[in-house]
Amino acid sequence: MIHSVSMLVVLYLFWLLLSGNFGAFLLSAGAGCAAAVVLIARRMDVADHEGHPIHLGLRALLSYWPWLVKEIVKSGWDVSRRILDPRLPVSPTLASFKPSQKTDVGLVIHANSITLTPGTLSVQVAQDGILVHALTREGAAALAGSEMDRRVSRLEDSP
Amino acid sequence: MTMLIDAASWACLVAGSFFCVVGGIGLLRMPDFYTRIHAASVTETLGAGLLLLGLLLQAGPTLIAAKLVALGLLVFFASPTAAHALASAAMTRGLAPLLAPREDTPSKP
Repeated sequence: MIHSVSMLVVLYLFWLLLSGNFGAFLLSAGAGCAAAVVLIARRMDVADHEGHPIHLGLRALLSYWPWLVKEIVKSGWDVSRRILDPRLPVSPTLASFKPSQKTDVGLVIHANSITLTPGTLSVQVAQDGILVHALTREGAAALAGSEMDRRVSRLEDSP
Repeated sequence: MTMLIDAASWACLVAGSFFCVVGGIGLLRMPDFYTRIHAASVTETLGAGLLLLGLLLQAGPTLIAAKLVALGLLVFFASPTAAHALASAAMTRGLAPLLAPREDTPSKP
């Protein structure tokens, strides 16, 4: 239920954001549309902790995202230097490692973070192993038991 | 103050454009499909992120700024999903990645 209510609020805010119009008709039409989408989502059984993970909310926003942005900038700069280097110093490597997350949401966050940082790309994702294509040998070696792995697990464990 | 914000905004816009161009160069220089995805991810994270940040500073506290933030969130969630779908599809179809030999000279830039 809490997921449905929060989804309704988020959808309505999204409507207001995109319309930018605050006449009575558009306000009520937005409420109607948001309610309809929530009803459909409930029927499809996606208005739950997976489709709308509010339990991660603030912690993800305040501690995980800033760290992830820092990592993206660091590895993005590294990949840019390799691209511009005349010798093109890349050593593409495939590596498989076992992530420590227990839930699907945690696994998806981990795999998405891997792909989001330039230089590493998750190719196949499953509970017993993530297959990663890395631009360099060092990038592949740093995956198992990485700080990202620990941080996502901590995020997932938070109440 | 406006000058300062303008300067920061332009610095972000120029840096974002630079990383977009770098991503494009990487797209041309990289040897195979999977490494090209890595080059493209520079464009979609640093390039798009810095450009959006620069535009955000230009917009100031308006509805447009909120829309730019929503756009950034969309890129933040959709681009890794798309990259993963591409790589996964290529791997499923049996496109073998070009791999470096196990041991050779260290690849420091």
